[in-house]
This record gives sequence, structure tokens and C-alpha cells, in this order.
Amino acid sequence: MQFQAQIQIHLRPSVLDPAGVAVQSSLHQLGHTQVQQVRIGKHIQLQLEAPDAETAQKRVGELCNQLLANPVIETYQIQVDPVASQ
Amino acid sequence: MSTVKFGIVVFPGSNCDRDVAWVTQGVLGCPTRLIWHLEPDLSGLDVVVLPGGFSYGDYLRCGAIARFAPVMGSLREHVARGGYVLGICNGFQILTEAGLLPGALVRNANLHFICDRVGLRIERQDLLWTGAYPAGSRIILPIAHGEGRYTCDPDTLKQLQDQRQIVFRYDPVAPNGSLDQIAGLCSPSGRVLGLMPHPERAADPELPGQDGIPLWQSILQGLVA
Repeated sequence: MQFQAQIQIHLRPSVLDPAGVAVQSSLHQLGHTQVQQVRIGKHIQLQLEAPDAETAQKRVGELCNQLLANPVIETYQIQVDPVASQ
Repeated sequence: MSTVKFGIVVFPGSNCDRDVAWVTQGVLGCPTRLIWHLEPDLSGLDVVVLPGGFSYGDYLRCGAIARFAPVMGSLREHVARGGYVLGICNGFQILTEAGLLPGALVRNANLHFICDRVGLRIERQDLLWTGAYPAGSRIILPIAHGEGRYTCDPDTLKQLQDQRQIVFRYDPVAPNGSLDQIAGLCSPSGRVLGLMPHPERAADPELPGQDGIPLWQSILQGLVA
């Protein structure tokens, strides 16, 4: 089966995200002072072949640990969905 | 040993490889081999340098893709054999991504790419890399990076401090916001060194800015008996 994976990668909460801070500051200057905790991350999407969703999820997790994310500074979230057959 | 044999790894996007060769071969007169990243042969080398630049375009994260280059397996073997490794700027980032040095280097706190000369404090003189610097040296070296802010978890920082792995600190301030003002650190054995400043850009006697010269002299003094 073909699966589509959506991967969200963010800096760990303990790691300063200066881009997020800059954007939050800009939003505040625009009057949106209620906005807090702006964090900027990456979104990676990919497709892969796997026998089932659980295996696909596991394999994408391995990709994240090996290359896509750096566990020292980043966390990730994965969503896996089957690709509708043509 | 009558001379020191240097190897300089060249990744696609490396741009300080020839600057290092200018120093090791041109200034020091040591045999120097440029090693394409697909070439796994590091035999016969004493010191392998991972130079500055933007390996693989810095895509994904600085050093993230370079760490899987074929040469990196040989580099691990070189380290396991007790060989010396010097990672400069992007080379430092690659060493952290590869787990050969702890922690990570992330976006500068002010988001700027900083190209400047900065003050550094040398924290220990008992390494192959720093033996020729007078005790308590404060030097000035060029930096040029956008992702040089060192970060690690509190346990790792304590370990770095306890094992005296912090070799260079920005002094008086870390322009990139580095944790504990860390500019360079070494492995517990001291044989693997990574630093963001560029000692190869301050090592030509014909040019101003020569505070990098003792680092290269240290290596010669340490390895040439």
C-alpha cells in the first residue's frame, strides 16, 4: 500500500527559536498582543510503500531519527494516511 | 614522525578546503591530501580536517546530509584508531550531527549571518591543538556563520564542563548567543576538535590577523617528535 506521511519538526521547547521570537514580536507590533509561544518549524511530506499504516508510521519514525530530525534539538510529529488508489 | 600528514575532506559545497590546504601545505609545508567525500581512503593520515562551507547546501540542517557521506565511515574508523580530527565551522556542525561531538549548532540568536573577527579565550593548553598558545591566551579569529549558536541539554553541558571539553569560549560575549559562550569543544580524549572560528583564515604570515598560527604550530609540535 502507498502511504502519504506528513511530518512536523520543531525545535525542542528548551531550545530558543529566534525566528519564532522575531515573528511574535512583529505580530505584537501589528497589535496582536494576545499572541504567545510562536514557534516556527518544518513540514516535510513524503510517500512510501508499506504493508499497513502501523508499519508506515514506524518507518517514518526511523527516517526522522536517522536524518529528517535531530533528536538533540528537535521533536517531530508524524501523520500517516493511505493514498487513495487511482 | 618527521612530518604531519593532513587530509582535508571536500564535500559538495565546502569552500574553505583550499584555505586549509594553503596553510597546511603552503605555510607549514606538510603533505596534504584533498579527499572527495565519496573517497573512503583516509589511510596514512594523521589529522583529518572537515573544512568550512555549506556542505550539501546546508539543506535540512547544517551537516545533516554530509554526515552520511561515504568518507564519514572511514572518519569514524580514523577516530577509533586514535587519529586526530579538526572540524572548522561547517566541519564542526558535521561532527555534532554525526555524534562525534555532543550537542548541536543552531541559528544565531539574532538571526544574522555574522562575518566578523571575535575575541576568544583559550581554556586549555594541554591539547594537541593549543599547546603553542601561551597560558591564558586571548586571541582574535574570524567567524562567518549563520548557525553557530551552540546548544545542548543541561546534563551534557555539565559533562562538558566537568571533563574540560570546552576549548574555546567567546570573550567577552558570544555574538551568536552560544550556550556558555562555547566557540569550540573537544571529545573526552581531546583528539576530535570542533570550532566555529576559522584558524586557517588567520595563519598566513604575509597577512594581518595571525592568531591562528599557533594552532597549526601546536599540531606540528605535538606530532613531530
